[in-house]
Amino acid sequence: MVSILRRSPKLLSSICRRQFSASSDGNLTSHGGKSMNLYSAINQALHIALETDPRSYVFGEDVGFGGVFRCTTGLVDRYGKDRVFNTPLCEQGIVGFGIGLAAMGNRAIAEIQFADYIYPAFDQIVNEAAKFRYRSGNQFNCGGLTIRAPYGAVGHGGHYHSQSPEAFFCHVPGIKVVIPRSPYQAKGLLLSCIRDQNPVVFFEPKLLYRLAVEEVPEDDFMLPLSEAEVIREGSDITLVGWGAQLSVMEQACIDAEKDGISCELIDLRTLMPWDKETVEASVKKTGRLLISHEAPVTGGFGAEISASIVERCFLRLEAPVSRVCGLDTPFPLVFEPFYMPTKNKILDAIKATVKY
Amino acid sequence: MALSHAASRSNLLKPLVSGFSYSSSLRRSISSAADNSSSLTIETSVPFTAHKCDEPSRSVETNPKELLGFFRDMALMRRMEIAADSLYKAKLIRGFCHLYDGQEAVAVGMEAAITKKDAIITAYRDHCTFLGRGGTLLEIFAELMGRQAGCSRGKGGSMHFYKKDACFYGGHGIVGAQVPLGCGVAFAQKYSKDETVTFALYGDGAANQGQLFEALNISALWDLPVILVCENNHYGMGTAEWRAAKSPAYYKRGDYVPGLKVDGMDALAVKQACKFAKEHALKNGPIILEMDTYRYHGHSMSDPGSTYRTRDEISGVRQERDPIERIRKLIISYDLATEKELKDIEKEVRKEVDEAIAQAKENPLPDPSELFTNVYVKGFGTESFGADRKELRAVLP
Ligand SMILES: Cc1ncc(C[n+]2csc(CCOP(=O)(O)OP(=O)(O)O)c2C)c(N)n1
Ligand SMILES: [Mg+2]
Repeated sequence: MVSILRRSPKLLSSICRRQFSASSDGNLTSHGGKSMNLYSAINQALHIALETDPRSYVFGEDVGFGGVFRCTTGLVDRYGKDRVFNTPLCEQGIVGFGIGLAAMGNRAIAEIQFADYIYPAFDQIVNEAAKFRYRSGNQFNCGGLTIRAPYGAVGHGGHYHSQSPEAFFCHVPGIKVVIPRSPYQAKGLLLSCIRDQNPVVFFEPKLLYRLAVEEVPEDDFMLPLSEAEVIREGSDITLVGWGAQLSVMEQACIDAEKDGISCELIDLRTLMPWDKETVEASVKKTGRLLISHEAPVTGGFGAEISASIVERCFLRLEAPVSRVCGLDTPFPLVFEPFYMPTKNKILDAIKATVKY
Repeated sequence: MALSHAASRSNLLKPLVSGFSYSSSLRRSISSAADNSSSLTIETSVPFTAHKCDEPSRSVETNPKELLGFFRDMALMRRMEIAADSLYKAKLIRGFCHLYDGQEAVAVGMEAAITKKDAIITAYRDHCTFLGRGGTLLEIFAELMGRQAGCSRGKGGSMHFYKKDACFYGGHGIVGAQVPLGCGVAFAQKYSKDETVTFALYGDGAANQGQLFEALNISALWDLPVILVCENNHYGMGTAEWRAAKSPAYYKRGDYVPGLKVDGMDALAVKQACKFAKEHALKNGPIILEMDTYRYHGHSMSDPGSTYRTRDEISGVRQERDPIERIRKLIISYDLATEKELKDIEKEVRKEVDEAIAQAKENPLPDPSELFTNVYVKGFGTESFGADRKELRAVLP
């Protein structure tokens, strides 16, 4: 199954050619620690979560065997099959079970094999998890629940192994939505999500599981939720994205720079509740905003960012907010390159916005 | 917790042929056998096990033509799946691809019992079911490679084969989702009073999805002419059935819905069971058929299929229970054709497959404008340019 990460060479070249950057200045900074890929970073975070809290559990389809993407490798050997276990194939049941487990004061870390298969659990997430605290007047909650799911395009995943469903969950007050862009981010953010007192949906960019490699400290560390990060400073236009799309956007920034356009790139990291202040401050400086995500443009989370920023920065904007996103079609099989918000589409949009 | 289990109780090996009834030992040449429809009665090697219904007779009526047809169809399916494997490795097939080799007897046995007016709906392991419904090799390989001549015009790929004129409702990617759909199809069939039924296929892994139980209840509540066919190949991806199901007796899991456990490696047993089930469903509503079968390949192309089961287990099933070998032995023991004639059939299907692949490779990719069609009734009315051109906004129809 992991072989789906062997993306077609043409599409991947832009990502493979360079080091993956995680630092605020766009260069590979050393966080110290071992160089590792994204799935190993996730694996390490899960090890730490289980190690540091005896009331934490990891479960999902085939997780006892390491999972489709190897993220849960070795957990069952270390922590036993009472704390790390396979579930039957039943997403609605998995999440419902997780809510109950969390309601008893445990950390329930559920894996949904692909984000495309989270829909059978949608009701549990939206109607049960998100509203438990509110409707019980704070008597109950499932804050210990974290749902991990790999999302996004890999080059040839087709209709049901490629989708980016984050916007659906951003429409649900009561749950948090977090998406990391790199191994270091993945480890720190996942540990924060697991320990956060609210239910969280954590989407992992499966394209990067093996591709993205950077130094990640071995120790237990957390990165703040609801804090965006400026990963590249610039003065002409602000670009906002998350997850795997950031590496594509970064390439566009580098190309734009050759044409004398200075781009500021922001990783939103937490989509719900999101860090409006950081984006607002940046747009007030640059006067222009571009948002890019793989999910279809209509009703995507880019629309929300756009509306909020127009409200806050109306008089400072020099051009309409630009969205370079997936098209309004089902995720296609043979047409993936047409569908995707590629580097050149972003570059075109940067130029058009700056010239507006 | 109740999560520890006894070691795997693999019970996959059962004798291939326990005893043919050598009632008629006729020596025929292949051609005379083919037009000879004199009937043969063959005993299934494994008895049916029934839940809340009588089991059908183990003596199955067949004839030389049917047996040779089974052999040819299954040999073609087997060859086609092996070829798909190579094409995938050559990167001519992309996306996800799930192969059916080992399970062929279910597809051919089911077809032998029903008509093309009866509906079939299945999951993503759909290549052979499509072929059984009368789909062509070109449609199959073209779809696998995402070409215009594909059965879904290149837009679906391996998991999404459909054939409306033969009531094949496809080809579904979400595990379990097709089963309630099958109930809806069956409801419409019942309404039209044309004595047709729906076969809704799902796996042993899918059997644990909540949707299955919803489908069972509504189909029984409304007496729908639907047959729920659990293709139990004993694994859902890497998970052995007993790790995922409290009761892996899938034919009993409908509780109030009758069920039948069938040797899914025996095309004749499958035929007998499907015939029985169709009659039952038209009279009494739903029934479950659990087909005890096996997939030789890994779950999908990225699964070598050897980490969660032993090589001995796989080769044991091949030797003891292979559906094609079973029919080959029957044909030989009844003198319906010679070894050489059967080998020739296998050569023939190989050639057919190669020719279809060559044709499919020449077939063009769908026009890029197809990206925007079939989302709604009316297309979006946009054009798309290459990946490196600025996107065009699609306008809702
Ligand atoms: C809702 C959903 N969850 C998970 C998956 C991933 N998945 C695809 S096939 C499969 C195993 C299904 O096993 P089974 O039902 O036994 O069918 P088989 O593959 O053996 O034919 C899984 C987990 C999916 N496609 N849909
Ligand atoms: Mg199975």
